[in-house]
Amino acid sequence: MFAYLLRRILYAIPILIGVNLLTFTLFFVVNTPDDMARLQLGAKHVTPEAIERWKVEHGYDKPLLLNREMQGSAQFTDTIFFKHSAAMFAFEFGKGDDGRDIGNEIATRMGPSLAIALPVFVIGLLVNVSFALLMVFFRATYLDLWGVVLCVVLMSISGLFYIIAGQYFIAKLWNLLPISGFADGIDAFKFVLLPVLVGVVSGIGSGARWYRTIFLEEIGKDYVRTARAKGLSEVRVLFRHVLKNGLIPILTGAVVVLPLLFMGSLITESFFGIPGLGSYTIDAIQAQDFSVVRAMVFLGAVLYIIGLILTDLSYAWADPRVRLQ
Amino acid sequence: MIRIGAMLLCVGTGLLAGCSGGDWNNPYPGRDAQANAVYSAFGERPKHLDPARSYSANEVEFTGQIYEPPLQYHFLKRPYELIPLTAESVPKPRYFDAAGRALPDSAPSAAIAESVYEIRIRPGIRYQPHPAFAQDDSGRYRYHAMRAADVAGKGQIADFEYTGTRELVAADYVYQIKRLAHPALSSPIFGLMSEHIVGLRELGAALEKATRAQPGRPLDLNAFQLAGAEVVDDHTYRIRIKGKYPQFLYWLAMPFFAPIPWEAEVFYSQPGMAEHNFTLDWQPVGTGPFYLAENDPNRRMVLKKNPNFHGETYPTEGDAADRAAGLLADAGKPLPLVDEAVFSLEKETIPYWSKFLQGYYDSSGISSDSFDQAVQFSADGDPQLTDAMRDKGIRLITSVQTSLWYVGFNMLDPVIGGLAPERQKLRQAISIALDYEEFISIFLNGRGIPAQGPIPPGIFGHVEGVAGLNPYVYRAEGQRIVRRPIGDAKKLLAEAGYPNGRHARTGEPLVLYFDTMASGPDAKSRLDWIKKQLGKLNVQLVVRGTDYNRFQDKIRKGNAQLFEWGWNADYPDPENFFFLLYGPHKKVGSGGENAANYDNPEFNRLFERMKDMDNGPERQAIIEQMLTIVRRDAPWVFAYYPKSFGLRHDWVKNVKPNLMANNTLKYRRVDPVLRADKRAEWNRPVLWPIALGGLALVALVTPAFVAWRRHERKAA
Repeated sequence: MFAYLLRRILYAIPILIGVNLLTFTLFFVVNTPDDMARLQLGAKHVTPEAIERWKVEHGYDKPLLLNREMQGSAQFTDTIFFKHSAAMFAFEFGKGDDGRDIGNEIATRMGPSLAIALPVFVIGLLVNVSFALLMVFFRATYLDLWGVVLCVVLMSISGLFYIIAGQYFIAKLWNLLPISGFADGIDAFKFVLLPVLVGVVSGIGSGARWYRTIFLEEIGKDYVRTARAKGLSEVRVLFRHVLKNGLIPILTGAVVVLPLLFMGSLITESFFGIPGLGSYTIDAIQAQDFSVVRAMVFLGAVLYIIGLILTDLSYAWADPRVRLQ
Repeated sequence: MIRIGAMLLCVGTGLLAGCSGGDWNNPYPGRDAQANAVYSAFGERPKHLDPARSYSANEVEFTGQIYEPPLQYHFLKRPYELIPLTAESVPKPRYFDAAGRALPDSAPSAAIAESVYEIRIRPGIRYQPHPAFAQDDSGRYRYHAMRAADVAGKGQIADFEYTGTRELVAADYVYQIKRLAHPALSSPIFGLMSEHIVGLRELGAALEKATRAQPGRPLDLNAFQLAGAEVVDDHTYRIRIKGKYPQFLYWLAMPFFAPIPWEAEVFYSQPGMAEHNFTLDWQPVGTGPFYLAENDPNRRMVLKKNPNFHGETYPTEGDAADRAAGLLADAGKPLPLVDEAVFSLEKETIPYWSKFLQGYYDSSGISSDSFDQAVQFSADGDPQLTDAMRDKGIRLITSVQTSLWYVGFNMLDPVIGGLAPERQKLRQAISIALDYEEFISIFLNGRGIPAQGPIPPGIFGHVEGVAGLNPYVYRAEGQRIVRRPIGDAKKLLAEAGYPNGRHARTGEPLVLYFDTMASGPDAKSRLDWIKKQLGKLNVQLVVRGTDYNRFQDKIRKGNAQLFEWGWNADYPDPENFFFLLYGPHKKVGSGGENAANYDNPEFNRLFERMKDMDNGPERQAIIEQMLTIVRRDAPWVFAYYPKSFGLRHDWVKNVKPNLMANNTLKYRRVDPVLRADKRAEWNRPVLWPIALGGLALVALVTPAFVAWRRHERKAA
């Protein structure tokens, strides 16, 4: 197990370098350091000297990937790529173009992101699995048919619609919850209720249908027939046997996204005024703040790798036949 | 099962019966509903709050309330008038020739080598309480020798136990002027100011050299001399300007020229400060009516009344309309009139608008989505509030912005550019064809005025009515200004060598290229409209959509042909608009602001005369000559001056649009009791949907439960 984990962690290093290089290339294909300087300095009274000064101040006055004026390893280390990327492997993200410390921002914003994403994930998983099992229980009946129809309808509606409709009815028309905003401590509860409700409802359609398919595949297997032959009730068959055996594909989809919950949701956070990492990323892309964009992509890649490792571990936990070597 | 359903029904009914007046949707938990506070929002978090760097509106909205430059604009008077803020009076420049001899005020600009502004600030002004000033009993600064570990665990300035203050001195203003040249600050006006302030460019070079010699170490600006800014005594300083630059006074009303105490710079440059976002860029230190008490740009920023504010009072002068509007009701009262201002981050327009209607924001703009809900036009075209808005006591405030939108022609372009008469006619024809009255009606909901020239209303040089019309595009019908018919444009096009949109000699269609950053469905309809307008002349328009960076690059290199652009006034002077057409400021070659690369020697000569003149008949006459030239040459299609429509609730007082001043929060008054009452009235929770939802759930679950029981019994 330990050797497996070590190997996976070592594999992660070239992946992260590759992700970094790809982000860097894509970003600088679209934006030159001059473009970034102009955007930061504003549209008025910007002189070429001011642009040069900004680039020097922010470390964008060097060649992108290869510094031919230097000798030896400095050809690679005295470049924008190296100067802005090497420290990230020590999780030192530096400062954004607005001068704020990125590490500090990430630490501050992770909480609000999790306050939405975690309940949406947990409640959503419970609701979706329960609804899927209910449809499987009533398989080949009208209840199952209408359940599937409901799922298809729910998954056909844009996520944005759920947000706008939720805000309109619950917050504006019925005055039950704040339409947007965030607060610390116990006050956060009333701000997260609406986005969580919207997040759960908008995910039911696709989630429940997916789990229904998994459970239907399981329910025709021999061990289910054996369980029924032993006289177990249908509820026990579903919850004790089908659910347990259907866990592997559920874990594949669920555990891998678990670490990514830290990254927040781009649209939800923006509409509900949640000061999380999703809105941070969107703002950075709009502001062409490369330091923040690369930090968030790097963090996303690290969390995704962690998610994959956790998924592998969860296989071993869910299915004793799986051995990690 | 029936018992569960009955129970849920009881709960639902109970909730309905217990429906009270509590505002469940209040986005300000824990705040006193009757606090004397302004509630507002910001759509984009500010990037800089350092007065040497902040320039955009969303930054100056904060710095304008915290920092105090020596001058300000009068809140009520129009045309805009500069008055002292911390200065004792508006400084009058003294002029000197190249030999240093004093010159009279009437001296010609060419003879003036230097203008000297001596500014005397009022004694007794004190800074906001701040730990940078805190001293112990022996007079030593408590927080000027900190280690990184001392900062750990501190998230707000309020986390520092001790604060102090001190009197504002002239040296603080000089210190800030030096900061404009600091390479680490990248002040957006350094380039411009180094052309005007004596020695600023040289100071910038010296600071750059010193920074390179000691990378990563803070510079002591007091050790560097700036020839153009010197302290005369504790309350007087002097600024030397190259030549004559009367617009400099306007700059003295912007936060760029606000004071910075050296103690703040020392405080923030200590180890560990920047890592906790304790920088002058994020934690301002000023003498203004407010200080930044809560600074979380990801969520909320709160300004609170500065306890050390120096006792400025509400203006006592205004015109009859101001008096009638109740804008002089608070005359002579000490400022500020509110205790705090709460700014919440609100990125999307829908939640912003909803919260405004719920009374949780005091004022709001009107987005296109909500325009019809808020505004309707009377038979004679006047904007009025809808009944729904009037019933809520909402007020509409409109003002023409000191801004201009235009379609620029690249004057270096071989097809559309140049000063030859046939090219002028081609551009005039296009100017007639682009019907901006229609554009304003369709795309702006009437929020704009068709432009007759580069100077918007409210700026000296703008002439209202038919006397100020652009005769190449419009004509007068009585007192009405009417766009020339498309036939005139076709005639001009033919005279330009393109009869019916085709080249007179080759017969090839005239194809023009329009560069734009606009994208998305809204932009498509606008771009289609522009194509259609040129289609009236049988001219084909190819739209070249691009991103912001590529668009800027094209303009900079002169690769665009037609393009959309706009300008928002820095200060209320015609120079600030005409300089956009001044030849030596061309984008191509000099990197200036003249995006059309227009260069007419006669216009340039007049501009050089006009820019240094005082407002008066002589200046007006020159401006009219310039307008005649620029309307004939038509380097721009003068599109429109945008109009802003704003809404405010009845409890908000002392609101008068002031497009130049950025420190108007101190004049704002609210009626917190009325606001609390209205909020309670408008936000009573509607509980029947909860009961209905419960019943619906029961209705859904019951058949499933019954079916399950039947299934289980059958199986048994």
